[in-house]
Amino acid sequence: MTLWKRFLTNRGALLGLAILIAVIAVALLAPVLYPRGPWAMVQRPFLVPFSTDGLPLGTDTLGRDVLAGLVYGARVSLLVGLVSTLMALLIGVPLGALAGFYGKWVDEGAMRFTEFFQTIPNFALAIVLVAILEPTLTSITIAIAIVSWPPVARLVRAEVMSVTKREYVDAARLAGLSNLSILVRQVLPNTVSPIIVMASLMVATAILLESSLSFLGLGDPNIMSWGFQIGAARTVIRSAWWLSFFPGVAIVLTVLALNLIGEGLNDALNPHLSRKGRS
Amino acid sequence: MKLLKATTFLVAATMATGAVAQQDGGRLDLIVQPEPPSLMLGLVQNAPTQMVAGQIYEGLLRYNTDLEPQPSLAKEWSISEDGMTYTFILNEGVSWHDGEPFSSEDVIFSTKFLQDNHARFRGAFSHVESVEAPDANTIVIHMKEPYGPFINAFEAGSMPIVPKHIYEGTDYATNEMNATPIGTGPYEFVEWEKGSYIHLTKNEDYYIDGLPHIDDLYYRVVPDAASRAVAFETGEVDVLPGGAVENWDVARLTEMDNVCSSSKGWEFFAPHAWMWLNNREGPTADKRFRQAVMFAMDREFVKDVVWNGFGTVPTGPVSSKTNFYTDDVPQYPYDPEKAKELLDEMGYDGTPVRLLPLPYGETWQRWAEAVKQNLGEVGIEVEIDSADVAGWNEKTANWDYDMAFTYLYQYGDPALGVARNYVESQIQKGSPWNNVEGYVNPEMDKLWEQAAVEPDNEKRQELYTEIQQQIVEDVPVAWLLEIEFPTIYRCNVKNLITTGIGLNDGLRDAWIEE
Repeated sequence: MTLWKRFLTNRGALLGLAILIAVIAVALLAPVLYPRGPWAMVQRPFLVPFSTDGLPLGTDTLGRDVLAGLVYGARVSLLVGLVSTLMALLIGVPLGALAGFYGKWVDEGAMRFTEFFQTIPNFALAIVLVAILEPTLTSITIAIAIVSWPPVARLVRAEVMSVTKREYVDAARLAGLSNLSILVRQVLPNTVSPIIVMASLMVATAILLESSLSFLGLGDPNIMSWGFQIGAARTVIRSAWWLSFFPGVAIVLTVLALNLIGEGLNDALNPHLSRKGRS
Repeated sequence: MKLLKATTFLVAATMATGAVAQQDGGRLDLIVQPEPPSLMLGLVQNAPTQMVAGQIYEGLLRYNTDLEPQPSLAKEWSISEDGMTYTFILNEGVSWHDGEPFSSEDVIFSTKFLQDNHARFRGAFSHVESVEAPDANTIVIHMKEPYGPFINAFEAGSMPIVPKHIYEGTDYATNEMNATPIGTGPYEFVEWEKGSYIHLTKNEDYYIDGLPHIDDLYYRVVPDAASRAVAFETGEVDVLPGGAVENWDVARLTEMDNVCSSSKGWEFFAPHAWMWLNNREGPTADKRFRQAVMFAMDREFVKDVVWNGFGTVPTGPVSSKTNFYTDDVPQYPYDPEKAKELLDEMGYDGTPVRLLPLPYGETWQRWAEAVKQNLGEVGIEVEIDSADVAGWNEKTANWDYDMAFTYLYQYGDPALGVARNYVESQIQKGSPWNNVEGYVNPEMDKLWEQAAVEPDNEKRQELYTEIQQQIVEDVPVAWLLEIEFPTIYRCNVKNLITTGIGLNDGLRDAWIEE
């Protein structure tokens, strides 16, 4: 209860939450709002925003409704963001936990493996993976997960190492609990808060990564996403600014919302740490 | 914006009237995209190579925009009545850029040189029995059989004449003169700054008096489409060849002052775009499905929107710019209802089909999206595949597709550029340019064969009309567009496009008005 209260007193976090809920609602309602889908060529191409009834954001190079594209794009962005973050957690949390808990050669091995991924620039690796796997929604999600798990492993390892030194863990050991149950029942639950904060930021990063891939033409060609809209509009940016502007705004707002939420969670979960330095 | 009207500009006419106040001098900057791998036209025939090297090398003939032969290195020519003997009388006083005299010996040597290095020349020359040079200015070609399209195979890109004194007895591919090409053409090679520009200069000893007019040509290499548009806007570049900028920029650039555009100069190539439809398996194996695809597509919309109004919606396999075209064929207007009827009739079960776009940029991607939407509206579920150029080549060449975009050149005659996509003997894995769709029709094969060797043009027309009617009925592939690549240039550049290959050999007659 106190956590929730602390979160709600943070205005930024509230704003973020409101935006995110709006985006989620729009994404869920997409088929109701635009039953013909985002690809339908509904009017003349290059209609300027606010000039035609029913097409508030104008039309694109083929006469498709820009707003319909935005609405359907929200589904892709959220889906890719959530699923890839979940996958990254599934890789990063166990690996980091094992490394931090067992130490020694397990730690060495796991960390060298993690560093192997960390030394390759995220975006370059994602491009290579998508190019090899052929761009589909699945391959893009997997690629983003693969490039985003190393920081999770690092964080979980550090947390686990610090928690393992606490006295209650020694107590559990003396009580005769097995290593696995100590790790799962005693240690991991106490590392959850930083993971939640990190995950919320990772969703934002994943959305940006997906947009960047689509922008470069490495998106799933059958799926309308924000990055695709901007990439397709790049060649006409001088004559039709709105084609890249509105999807850009959508990305900014969503990523901003997620960051605000992440910060709010951080404040709420670690009140002593985060309020330092503020009056 | 002024559109250059049909300038069927006969070279002979220019030469006769002489002074139409043409001015000499000046410098012209053109875009070449992408940078050519080499300028030795006898060894390399990439499109950018042809565009630059076409000013350096020459063929025996040129072709006007109606694809009628015009004099070039040969000033006169004749074909015997039975179509078995071709005689060319060469211009006198022609010399190579290094000063050596040109003669019929060079032509004989070139036929040997090109047979080793030029696939399309080899194809055309397989109908030739022998070549002889009775004197220094005469060439006589004896045929094995009459071959109508042969007269279309003598322009600089199809049969560039190369210097015997430089290449005889050497290893052609490693001859160091390949880097500084020597031809007979109106412009000489000066310098090639890799990644930046190619500089050609006026051939002062050109054999046609008064030509060329321009002093210097700079072919500029600019890798990014948007930067090319900017280079034209700022006046750094005077000529944008077809395809140098994205279609969306064409409209903007042609609205500028003193900017003209022309879609002429592609008649010889007549780029024809279609979708391969896999005739072997899946729904596309059914003729009714293929017809439904034709009815379902709004091809006029794509022409107007994706191609900014450039191009023509084709009626069938032969471009309206190619010889022996007919429009007397079954028509496929945009008619979604008709498409649905055909699909119902065949009992189409909704199996999704894959569509492979051509990876040549945004225009082609938008095109695929429009087709997907059109087909979706009549109940055909389309999944767009993605592939880079290498992947596209591999998928089409190995028949791993349901529908795939492509466009190919026609070279002025159905026997040269069309037959290869529809006859059974051209079904062969490994090439994306042959009968990729797998259309088999033995009756048509016979007609194709007959038409190629028929010496009488009227009878050829009859045969090709029959072929077109049947093939359009069968829809082995879905014809999309006769592509036009508008050339954009400053209006004070005159006589720029006078032939069927446009900029590729057009600078000979061009001049700049001060």
